[in-house]
Amino acid sequence: MKAGVVTFPGSNCDEDLAYALSLSGFEVSSLWHKDSPDLSEFKLVVLPGGFSYGDYLRTGAMAAVSPIMQSVKQFAGQGGLVLGICNGLQILCEAGLLPGALVRNNSLKFICKDVALNVEDTNNPWTSHLKKNDTLIYPIAHGDGRYVTDEPSYNAMKEKGQILLTYKNNPNGSAHDIAGLCNETKNVFGLMPHPERATDLRSQDGKKIWSSILNSLKEKSA
Amino acid sequence: MKILDTSPSTKEIARELGLSTEEYFHICKNLERNPNYAELGIFSAMFSEHCSYKSSRKYFKRFPTTGKRVLQGPGENAGILDIGNGWAVAFKMESHNHPSFIEPYQGAATGVGGILRDIFTMGARPIAAMNALSFGTLDFPRTPEIVKGVVKGIGDYGNCVGVPTVAGQTFFHSCFNRNPLVNAFTLGLVRHEDIYRGSASGAGNFVVYVGAKTGRDGVHGATMSSKEFSSEGELERPTVQVGDPFTEKLLLEASIEVMKAKLVVGIQDMGAAGLTSSSFEMAYRAKTGLELNLDLIPTREKEMSAYELLLSESQERMLLVCTPENYEKLEAIYSKWDLHAVKIGTVIEGNRVMMTKNGEEVVNLPVELVTDPPMADRPSNAPSDLKQRWFFDRNKMLVASLDSKFQSLVEDINFGNPAPLVEQYDSMVGNRTQSDTFDDSAVLRLRDIKNKTLKLAMKADCNPRVTWLNPREGGRRAVAEAALNVALQGATPIGVTDCLNFGSPENPEVMWQFQEAIEGISETCEALKIPVISGNVSFYNETDGKPVHPMPMIGLVGLIEEDLRLPKNNFFSTQLELGLLGVPEGGLGGSMLSFTWFKRDCGKPEDTDLKALDRLLKFCLKLKEKKMAYAVHDISDGGLVTASLEMAFRSPHDSIGFELEIPRETDVDGFLFGETCPRVLIAYEPVERGDLENMSSRAGVPFLHIGQTTDHHELIVKQGGAKVLKADIKSLKQKWDSRWKMFF
Amino acid sequence: MKARIHVFLKDGVFDPQGNTVAGSLQSMGFKKVKGIRMGKVIDLELANETQDEARREVQKMCEQLLVNSVIESYKLEILA
Repeated sequence: MKAGVVTFPGSNCDEDLAYALSLSGFEVSSLWHKDSPDLSEFKLVVLPGGFSYGDYLRTGAMAAVSPIMQSVKQFAGQGGLVLGICNGLQILCEAGLLPGALVRNNSLKFICKDVALNVEDTNNPWTSHLKKNDTLIYPIAHGDGRYVTDEPSYNAMKEKGQILLTYKNNPNGSAHDIAGLCNETKNVFGLMPHPERATDLRSQDGKKIWSSILNSLKEKSA
Repeated sequence: MKILDTSPSTKEIARELGLSTEEYFHICKNLERNPNYAELGIFSAMFSEHCSYKSSRKYFKRFPTTGKRVLQGPGENAGILDIGNGWAVAFKMESHNHPSFIEPYQGAATGVGGILRDIFTMGARPIAAMNALSFGTLDFPRTPEIVKGVVKGIGDYGNCVGVPTVAGQTFFHSCFNRNPLVNAFTLGLVRHEDIYRGSASGAGNFVVYVGAKTGRDGVHGATMSSKEFSSEGELERPTVQVGDPFTEKLLLEASIEVMKAKLVVGIQDMGAAGLTSSSFEMAYRAKTGLELNLDLIPTREKEMSAYELLLSESQERMLLVCTPENYEKLEAIYSKWDLHAVKIGTVIEGNRVMMTKNGEEVVNLPVELVTDPPMADRPSNAPSDLKQRWFFDRNKMLVASLDSKFQSLVEDINFGNPAPLVEQYDSMVGNRTQSDTFDDSAVLRLRDIKNKTLKLAMKADCNPRVTWLNPREGGRRAVAEAALNVALQGATPIGVTDCLNFGSPENPEVMWQFQEAIEGISETCEALKIPVISGNVSFYNETDGKPVHPMPMIGLVGLIEEDLRLPKNNFFSTQLELGLLGVPEGGLGGSMLSFTWFKRDCGKPEDTDLKALDRLLKFCLKLKEKKMAYAVHDISDGGLVTASLEMAFRSPHDSIGFELEIPRETDVDGFLFGETCPRVLIAYEPVERGDLENMSSRAGVPFLHIGQTTDHHELIVKQGGAKVLKADIKSLKQKWDSRWKMFF
Repeated sequence: MKARIHVFLKDGVFDPQGNTVAGSLQSMGFKKVKGIRMGKVIDLELANETQDEARREVQKMCEQLLVNSVIESYKLEILA
């Protein structure tokens, strides 16, 4: 299974992701933000955490308009699996691939700690190996992790099973405790917490997402 | 009248720039002419204490700096140790004290930036950071602002670059009110073949400027940090530099890439005294000369003079040397990362650095005259009031109730949970951090090394009370405590870096403290066979003539070579026994209790028994091989009481409590609050006690069974079966949790 | 030609920064402060010939990068 991890200027979880994905059985290639290649050889494209362009305008805003995102949009449009973690989620929202936006934490402070997450929905490629209301322990590490959206959009997302993960103790003020969400067609998923940091060291919970992805990819190709 | 770069200097101008008349005459005599204004700027920066180590250098000979792992000792951007399998670690600690007082956020941020560059210029990828922060107390109105700014500055910079902040020390004392200490440590990982040094060798090679453009920021930062603050010093704002962690991240990635591609001859950060120190030091190490054209320097501001270009401390810039053939390839890699690499000169034979501006020669100086200033011979004297400092009225303490002493301790500002600070640091980026309790030693698993488990443990430590009362013991204890913390995680100490924060070297008492602290560090490193591989000195930490408590901060790194479970750091069950390893009854001299009780630092700290320490360290390394679940915590500030409370506060059990039994014929205060080193609290399953007793007696380490954990959320101390102290752990934890929250 | 863009969080999007500053001002004694919304100002130097053209282009910049219409609104001024 080939996975591509994008490196934007300022990405800093790209190596961590490559490590976690290879441990889980993916064959990982690095993708450069200035290129816009055809991504159809990949089964999964990941936008990593970090501070792309220093997050100087708004988190994820400048990365969202970089050349590679043309390819990512095309790939997603063809049903390819796109995952964004932390800054990756912020980029997906800025690029319009996911609804809503991420703004400063309520506390105005960067927060790094392990948090408990609740699995809200499993009818998708990302959490299919989990059960509804399972608990996952993942670290968060962000200053702009408060998810905002309006009520009608929230209700629509809720109805269509797009909200996959919520915080058990909301650390940042996210609307409806949202920690991870996908698009309507469920092939684009973004989350603020870091499963790649919980793959072999601090906890094993990250593996549950990687194996869900692997399995749904195998089922798809079978 | 406008002073030009080429205007001749006078001794009056020299004095204004911080050079003494003797130094100025030394320069004129050796140069056989008066230096011009731009050259004088170079001398003033390079002769400053900060760059020249003129008061301290001669004492460094005392440090043990050799060992089989040492690949690079002191004198480079950072020291390097072999960790096996072709890998090495580079690490160093540096201060950014003065800038952090003037502008806490930027001061701390740029401090982190500077130490990161020191590490990656060696070819090493930074993988861990620590910080040791010393703040004033709440009687000084700016303290909350300084704490908040410093913590945010460290976090924002390190988080953005992607280097985890994994451990550190935070200390509050009124002596730091107007002079906080911000010490930043970084460790990097490097393959042996990828190690680079700051050397400008090979006549004909290109001198290349990379990174951010040059502005007027920080012109004369090096001389600023070599002056003590006066209260008006609070107005010195314009010399503060502004950090750009995003550019730093690009600079880091691009520089590692050019070094891996072997396109570099030598490389150095433009830190204090910017282009001046980097160019002269690189030429000095290679015994070469340089020709630089200052017109080629990328600038951010208009009409900058040579003086300003040479002394600017704009951040995120480096100087490197490459062969002419590699220049284009190097340029291409930097431009891939959206950075400019610009050739500004060439390496030449000889020993002079020459610089032109607008076609005119503005600098022509022999390298060694600049890099080898006359050493200062500072007198040193023990403080005359040392005996008074050592005195306290033990009787007053003996007659007081145990509860009142306990309360004075837990009401102190230093009794606080570091979580509100620590949570603002990304401690996990890089996916190597296995343990990050922050005030214990951190442990990192090196995922980079295939087919072998290698882990690093690291800790920053120093107790300024002890150092003020007895600087030799202070130095000793800083190394001892750091080594003990690392060994408790099962790591063998392999090397030390120091960051020596002191008052003015012109004060003989400060010089005495300095000398004594170095002696203490050295004898401990010798006893434990740990080399000192890098270091930094920060003098002039004082305000209005009053020096801070001496703070010889130690950063110590240990190595773990097997894949064993790490010990826990909390009371992980309500049915554990508690044991005390090491000195059963600690001394109260220089303890936290003697301060909170008498409201001044007092008493003579007991000397650390280095032989006993060595035995305990070896015992810790044996302990990890035993397959049992156990938890350990070093006993230091506040003694056994705070150590056991911290282990209870971190327990996963809400109802956790514990009981301590004061052993017979033991001084109650010394047992509960004493701080003699080494003392360790261990919690274990009751069935293990026999084994532990045997092991410790074979190892020659005192071991005492002193109590057990319970499930009634109370701390209970008993003596001869009777309760002598009782406190509710939940309300204590509330105090502990909230104490440092008030800053944020 | 110069342009100035004022970017604000939309009404209804919580602004913790503004809230905090308002709180500080109130505790300093500025009791009449009822609320604060913080935003940013972006100044542009342009080589455009006409104001209309400049306005059109800056609007595009706002839509495509400078402003996130999900959470932010903006006001554009063309300064001669």
